[in-house]
Amino acid sequence: MNRWEELQQAALTGRLTRRQFMARAAALGVSTSLASGVLAKAGYADDAPKQGGTLNIGIAGGSTTDSLDPTTYTDSMAFNVAFAIMNQLIETDPNNKQIPSLFKSWEASAGATKWVFKVQDGVTFHNGKTLDAEDIVYSVNLHRGKDSKSGAASGLKPIADIKASDKLEVTMTLSEGDADFIYPLSDYHVLVVPKDFKDWSHPIGTGAYTFGSYDPGVSANVKRYKDHWNKDRGHVDEVNFTCINDTAARMNAIVAGQVDIIHRVDTATIDLIKAVPTLALVMAHGGYHAIYAARCDMDPFKDPNLRKAVKYGIDREQLLKALFNGYGALGNDSPIPPSDPYFNKDLEQTKYDPDKAKFYLKKVTGTTKIVLSASDAAFNGAVDAALLFQANEKAAGLDFEVKKEPADGFWDNVWLKAPFCESYWGGRPAATQMFTTAYKSDAAWNETGYKVEAFDKLLAEAKKTVAEDKRAPMIKELQKMVHEDGGAIIPAFKDWVDATATKVKGYKPHSMFDLCNGRAAEKVWIDEA
Amino acid sequence: MLKLIAQRLALGLITLWAASVLIFFTTALLPGDFASAMLGQQATAENTAAIRAELNLDRPLVLRYTDWLSGAVRGEFGNSLASHRPVSDEIKPRLFNTFFLAIYAALVAVPLAVFLGVMAAIRQGSTFDRGVNVGALLTISVPEFFLGYLLMMFLAAHFRIFPVLSAVNASTPFFSRLYFAFLPMITLVLVIVAHMMRMTRASVLQVMASPYIEMAYLKGLPKWRVVVQHALPNALAPIVNVIALNLAYLVVGVVVVERVFVYPGMGQMLVDAVSKRNVPVVLACGLIFAVVFIGLNILADVLSIMSNPRLRHPR
Repeated sequence: MNRWEELQQAALTGRLTRRQFMARAAALGVSTSLASGVLAKAGYADDAPKQGGTLNIGIAGGSTTDSLDPTTYTDSMAFNVAFAIMNQLIETDPNNKQIPSLFKSWEASAGATKWVFKVQDGVTFHNGKTLDAEDIVYSVNLHRGKDSKSGAASGLKPIADIKASDKLEVTMTLSEGDADFIYPLSDYHVLVVPKDFKDWSHPIGTGAYTFGSYDPGVSANVKRYKDHWNKDRGHVDEVNFTCINDTAARMNAIVAGQVDIIHRVDTATIDLIKAVPTLALVMAHGGYHAIYAARCDMDPFKDPNLRKAVKYGIDREQLLKALFNGYGALGNDSPIPPSDPYFNKDLEQTKYDPDKAKFYLKKVTGTTKIVLSASDAAFNGAVDAALLFQANEKAAGLDFEVKKEPADGFWDNVWLKAPFCESYWGGRPAATQMFTTAYKSDAAWNETGYKVEAFDKLLAEAKKTVAEDKRAPMIKELQKMVHEDGGAIIPAFKDWVDATATKVKGYKPHSMFDLCNGRAAEKVWIDEA
Repeated sequence: MLKLIAQRLALGLITLWAASVLIFFTTALLPGDFASAMLGQQATAENTAAIRAELNLDRPLVLRYTDWLSGAVRGEFGNSLASHRPVSDEIKPRLFNTFFLAIYAALVAVPLAVFLGVMAAIRQGSTFDRGVNVGALLTISVPEFFLGYLLMMFLAAHFRIFPVLSAVNASTPFFSRLYFAFLPMITLVLVIVAHMMRMTRASVLQVMASPYIEMAYLKGLPKWRVVVQHALPNALAPIVNVIALNLAYLVVGVVVVERVFVYPGMGQMLVDAVSKRNVPVVLACGLIFAVVFIGLNILADVLSIMSNPRLRHPR
């Protein structure tokens, strides 16, 4: 992204005042008419939201095998439709801070093992029932226990006990202290439904919209719920979701005006959108990253010198350009992105240095035979990226083989099993959450086989500590450990890039996920003016 | 004649059964199963086992096949593993969409192909003939998704004559359907016309070399009458076979066009079902495709035989 685009993004996230924006635009040499045009597009006048209208969203990540059962969500269409109908307990705001939703407030005690949550009052479900703590206990329990098939289950494992301590109060006791426990509670699977509810083909929730129709992998329709508890959400009368998995079709759909919002904009053809004056781009720095996972507990990467050699042999700028067209940030072999509040700025950015790579290669005692398992199932363009990586490393004296694996069955057979393979992560709101999910010794998804006792100890310590000034250096140290010694080779983070029609207002970039973290349907309003 | 049709139908049923066995067991050979495919990167040992237990995926393979077969012969195809709804409910609307598009494309493509083929044969060697041949080769060489993108770019995005997305649903009225499905229909027509046209032309030309055609010319009949009334009926057999093959493709092979135009047909449903190992849906779709293929082949055989009097009344 160039300076002008960065400036536009700063305006959109409200980090600048109008005056500052115009001043800096002038300094960049941008004409006043263009700058005011951008201000208008950004909805900078930020009037009160207008009610009414129909919103059409073109969404990818849908399949005919989708369901609205919260325990089954794995991709965008299902949870975007669900978020319009149901609410979460706690939401993440655009700056990755947790904000109340159905949980009004919370308090931790006893070393962050006992958590007491107060529930919003005056909330009704779409069938008229009033929300109480029992509904919440039922909804959370859907994702707990060994019979649960939910993707949120491992995050909620620490809950030893959950009960409705009062009509509008929930108490959770954890098996071990975790100051960041509210993060797993804001997982996109954890949605609130009435007690004992099971009819997932006609879901009922407390959300801004009621269920209209749902054709998995094809389309969905929701209509505004007049008695919604949160007056700041739910402005349009009706929302239509159309599933468009094909990238070219999605780009064409918004250019032709058939939909008002799309996500996963193809950065290679982004000029198509820029050429249309009634369309605007919304970009956010996030935690989505591509990773080459080298297993530290298997040959050949058991040897830390080989890991260091490979880290110096990769041209990160080139990969950022090739993979994400420059729309992203450089990675430094740590899964915590620059947008995270605990990002360790002091870590030196590892640069492409074939000489250093050769130096570490000489120190390797064991085998140097490396095979990289590559597949486009990991991320778009993964196989081409693997070949680029191979070319980079060749110049550094490391000759490795790229083994192309079929996309079908990649997550079953290759990931977590091959000694060196590609993968991706969507990012987590809390740094400790990311580390617990994939870097702790006993994590189910420890794809780099990173088993360091000192790391586990420090991570547990950081989770227990509530005081900011004490935990920040701990989390920074965790990043340093992974950066220096870990098996994660992370060349780049990807920005979220969405496109909207200019009549859609209130669409702010969100660093957690695209489509305003899945809640675009209830956050935006339509202003034809 | 009837005996022949009955024989063919019986053989068809056996082929259908063999197809079901093949589909079931090769899907089982693929790595992973429904549980691991649905969860993807989020799979853990616990949640995978939970899904498997819920859907009886831990029973032995042969038993699962016989369970399915005993239901299938009664017309019950089981429930989709993903939505727990009956497979027939899920497939019906998509099947309707697919057949609609296939018939729409066939009604345009077949007469067009035969007409162009016959004209090219009549005017063999002329500029028209050469032009039609080059055009046919061009459309066959270009992959169908590229043709689709080209049509989308010009007719939908640029000139806004047709919609970009062919998203029809159960409530779309008939003429709206024709409008929405126009671009995918044209793409499919371009793909199949070439094959049928060239076969028609070749078959007609081959028959035109026979002595009885020369006799017809000597009798003074006009060229078009010679071709249509005397040559074409004898050239029909290979033409009918090619048409049947292409019609089967229209039902079975259009997943790429469906994806490009976001048209909710059976192709995309089958691809999703296979990648998530949703076996009941895969089997049901596979059977429907097999029925279409076998049915069209039987029809082609019967028509070929009927068009040839020597075969109609064997001595």
